[in-house]
Amino acid sequence: MKFFDITVTELHQKLVDKELTVTELVSETLDQIEADQKVLNDFVTINREGALAQARAIDEKGINPDNIWAGIPIAVKDNIVTKGIKTTAASKMLSNFIPIYNATVIERLQANDVIIIGKTNMDEFAMGGSTETSYFGDTRNPWDHTKVPGGSSGGSATTVSAGNSIAALGSDTGGSIRQPASYTGIVGIKPTYGRISRYGLIAFGSSLDQIGPMTRTVKDNAALLNIIAGMDERDLTSSDKKVPDFTSKIGKDIKGMKIGLPKEYLGDGINEDVKKVVRQAVETLTNLGATIEEISLPRSKYGVAAYYIIGSSEASSNLQRFDGIRYGHRAQNVKNLEDVYVKSRSEGFGDEVKRRIMLGTYSLSAGTYDAYFKKAAQVRTLIINDFNKIFEDYDLIIGPTAPTPAYAIGAEVDDPTTMYMNDVLTIPVNLAGLPAMSVPAGFSDNMPVGLQIIAKPFDEETMYQAGAAFEAATEVHSKHPEMEDK
Amino acid sequence: MNFKTTIGLEVHIELKTNSKIFSPSPVEFGDQPNANTNVIDWGYPGVLPQTNKGVVEAGMMAAKALHANITRTQHFDRKNYFYPDNPKAYQVTQADTPIGTDGWIEIEVEGKKKKVGIAEMHIEEDAGKNSHNPNGYSYVDLNRQGTPLIEIVSKPDIESPDEAYAYLEALRQRIQFTGISDVKMEEGSMRVDVNISIRPLGSEKFGTKAELKNINSFNFVRKGLAFEEKRQQKILLAGGQVRPETRRYDETTGQTILMRVKEGAEDYRYFPEPDLPSITIDDEWIKDVEDKMPEMPGKRRARYVEELGLTDYDAMVLTQTKEMSDFFEATVAQGADPKLTANYLMGDVNAYLNDQKVDLQETKLTPGHLASMVKMITDETISSKMAKKVFKAITQGEEPTSWVKAKGLVQLSDPAVLKPMIVEIVDNNEQSVADFKNGKDRAVGFLVGQIMKQTKGQANPKVVNKILMQELNSR
Repeated sequence: MKFFDITVTELHQKLVDKELTVTELVSETLDQIEADQKVLNDFVTINREGALAQARAIDEKGINPDNIWAGIPIAVKDNIVTKGIKTTAASKMLSNFIPIYNATVIERLQANDVIIIGKTNMDEFAMGGSTETSYFGDTRNPWDHTKVPGGSSGGSATTVSAGNSIAALGSDTGGSIRQPASYTGIVGIKPTYGRISRYGLIAFGSSLDQIGPMTRTVKDNAALLNIIAGMDERDLTSSDKKVPDFTSKIGKDIKGMKIGLPKEYLGDGINEDVKKVVRQAVETLTNLGATIEEISLPRSKYGVAAYYIIGSSEASSNLQRFDGIRYGHRAQNVKNLEDVYVKSRSEGFGDEVKRRIMLGTYSLSAGTYDAYFKKAAQVRTLIINDFNKIFEDYDLIIGPTAPTPAYAIGAEVDDPTTMYMNDVLTIPVNLAGLPAMSVPAGFSDNMPVGLQIIAKPFDEETMYQAGAAFEAATEVHSKHPEMEDK
Repeated sequence: MNFKTTIGLEVHIELKTNSKIFSPSPVEFGDQPNANTNVIDWGYPGVLPQTNKGVVEAGMMAAKALHANITRTQHFDRKNYFYPDNPKAYQVTQADTPIGTDGWIEIEVEGKKKKVGIAEMHIEEDAGKNSHNPNGYSYVDLNRQGTPLIEIVSKPDIESPDEAYAYLEALRQRIQFTGISDVKMEEGSMRVDVNISIRPLGSEKFGTKAELKNINSFNFVRKGLAFEEKRQQKILLAGGQVRPETRRYDETTGQTILMRVKEGAEDYRYFPEPDLPSITIDDEWIKDVEDKMPEMPGKRRARYVEELGLTDYDAMVLTQTKEMSDFFEATVAQGADPKLTANYLMGDVNAYLNDQKVDLQETKLTPGHLASMVKMITDETISSKMAKKVFKAITQGEEPTSWVKAKGLVQLSDPAVLKPMIVEIVDNNEQSVADFKNGKDRAVGFLVGQIMKQTKGQANPKVVNKILMQELNSR
C-alpha cells in the first residue's frame, strides 16, 4: 500500500477499525521497500524480522485508539543509533556496527509503539548534499532515477517520496533534511536547536545537528515531532522549554501574518524556475491574507564559509573516536599504534569525510584558530543578530530551500565548492539554531521545488500553521512520482 | 656564579565523587577492568556528556580553600589527542575559563613564612589506563576514564626544593580539609608534575625548564628537584645550555633520567566543547558553597589552642591530617580530656599507625573507645600502666570498659581495702621497717613491690605510697 494519499491519522483509523492489522501493514511496507530497494537504494538495512516481531506484539496487545502512532512503521536515518540494528552512518568505518543502546528519539518512538522499518541511506557521516558519498552507493531520486535525491538524509526523503514509508527521521546540520525534502517533494523540518535530544545521533557538527521528521504532509510532520521532542537529561543542549502540541495551529488561517522575504535569497545563483516557484508561493500566501515584505539578511552570504569551518572543526574532533580501537573498522597488518590509527582511518573514511576532517583540523590549529574558527564563530553571532532583528518585526521568513532542483547523479560530486553552495539558503538557519521547514511548492522540469519557511526559536507552531495553510492552498503535494515510468 | 631556582608545580587532585564527571558510572577503584564503564566512557558513537554538578561545587570549594577567585561564567573545552586510554580522542577540560584564578597558600620553611601564588585551577576528566602484557597485547581499562580531576597550577614563586615540599604539604592539607579528595599520592588521588629552571642571580629572564613526571612521593619531589638543580648548575657552569626536557626521577639512584627532549609545543586544537552549555555561578551559589565549606586547618589550630588549651605544637600536629583532627574532635566530644587525648593520638596512636603502616580509618580504633579509655585514666579507674594493655585491646576493636572488667584490670584505690593489706605486709617485714628507719629508701620500693604482688598489680600506686608512708612513719 503506497502512502501517497493517506495521512497517519487515517492509517491509524484503519488499524483501530481492524481494517488492517499492524502485521499486514508492516509486511506490505517491507514488501514495497524491498521491491524498490534495487532501483532506489534508499536503505542500508531493512529491519524485516525485527519490525514484524514488533508488529505481532502490538497486534497481540491491541492498538491504543488515543495513540495515532501505535503500530505505524517509519524509516530512520542510519546515523541514529538503534539497539541491535546495524547503524553505519553510511561509512565503511561502521559498516558492521551493531549498537547496544537506543538513541533517545528511538526510545521515544518505541514508547509510542512506532515500528522501525529500516535504516536509510545517507551521505557518509551526513557529510554531503546528494547521498552520493555513502559507502553503500547512491540513492536515486524517485522522480527521476538519474537524479540525486539530495542529502544527506537522501534515503529518508526517497522512501517517503516514493510512497514506501509514511514518515522518516532525518538529521539536519546544514540543510540535510530540508534540501532532500525539496528535491523529492516532501515536507521536512529542522526543529529549533535543542528541541530534540541529540543523544544517540552520531555527531557531525554538535552545535548544528538536529534530528527532524520527514513526511508527506505538514500535519503528519507536526504529529511526529510531538512524540520525539522535549528535554532529555542525557543531552545537556536539549531545551527544557515546554513541548506544545505542534498541530495546534494547523488549520488556522494566516491572515495578518507578517512574513519577510530576504532579497539575498532570490539573488544570483538561484535557478530561475526556483525563483518563479517562490514568487508563486508569495502570491499564494498573500492571497491567504499574509503580508510579505522584502527584507535583508546581509550577513547570510558569509554563512557557507562560517558553516564549513565550524561544522568541519566540530566534525574533526567528533570523528576522532573512530580510531579502530574499540569498535568499527580496524586495519589489518599493522605494526604499531600509529599504524592502527592511520590505516584504520585512511581505510574507513571516504574522501568527503577526510576533506572535512582536514579542513576542521586546519581551522582549529594553533596558528590558524584565530583566523578561521574564531572568526567563523564571530560571523555566526552576526548572522544570529541579523535574524533576531528581522524577527522583531516579522513572524516568519520565507525563501527557496535550495538554489536548484535535484541535479544529475555524478554532476557535482567531484566539485565540492559547487556542492557546498547548494546549502547557501539552509545553512544560516543551522548557524542560528532556528526551526525551518521545506514544503513542496512547485516544479521545474517535473522535478519538485520546495519553499523554505523559517520561524523564531521554539516557534515551530507558527511555522507549521503557515506550512499547512500553504499546503492546503496548492495542489503540489498531491502529485507524486510514478515509479513504473522511470 | 650563584643561581636562582624557579619551580612550578602542576598538581592533579582526584575528586571523591560517587559518579564520574560526565557519565553516571560509579567512581570505584580496584574493580575488574572496565567494570565501571558505560557507553559514554567508551566514547561510543552518538553519546553525549552529562555534567556532575557536584564536580563544579568541589571545584568552587578548592578555589575557596586556595584563596582563588571563582570564574563566574565558565565553559569546557576539548583538548584533542589520540591515545587508547582517551576514548573520545579528546579530553574535556577548561582551557579558557578555569574555575579558579589567582589564588595563594602560605608555606613555612625553616620558620620563614611565604605566600605561594596559584595561577589557576581547572576541572577536567581523567583518562583510562593502558597496560602492556608480555603476551604482545596492550589492554585498556576505562574504569578511571571520566574520574573528575582538578588541576592546580602554581605561579613561579617557589624557589627551592624545600619550598616545593612545603607547598605540596600545605596544598594537600588544605584540600584534604575541604573533604573533596583523599589527596593520597600512593593511591593516585594526588599526582604531581614539576618543572624547574635556574638562572644566574640578577638575570631577569627565566632559564629553560626541565619537567619531572610521575613522581610518587613528596620526598621524591624534593630529592628529584635537588638533583635537577645541581645538574642544571653543572651544565651552566661548564658553559653549556639546559635543554627543554622531560625527565623522570629514579628512586634507586636518586637521579633524574632523560625521557625525551621536547621539540615545539604539541597542538591540542583546543576549542569550546559544544556538547556542554556554559556554567554561570551566581552569588547565591557561592554563598551556598561557602556555607558548606568545612573549617580550614588554620582555624582549627587556633580553636584547639584557645578553647581546648593545647599547645601550638600539639594543635599543629593534630591538624596535619583531617582524619586525625576529626578523630581528636570526636574523642573530645565524648568527654575525654583534650590534653590526654592529644598525647595518646600523637604518641601511642601514631606509633601504632607507623608500626602497622596503616591509616587511622583503616584501624579498629574508634573515638568512642579512645574516649572511654582516657576517661578511665582520668578518674583513676585504671593506671597509665594498665592503659598500655587497654590500648592494645582497643586497637583490636574491644570496648574498653567491659574489657577492663572482664580482665579484672580495675585499679584498687580504696584505702579501706588497701590499708589492712599494707599493715599486714609491714608487720611481716620488720627488717624493712628497720632499714627505712636507718634511711634506706630501697626498703620502700621493696614493700610497694610486695603490695603490688599481692594485688596482682592492680593497686593504685599513688594511694599505696601514701598509706605506706603514713604506716612507716607511725612506727
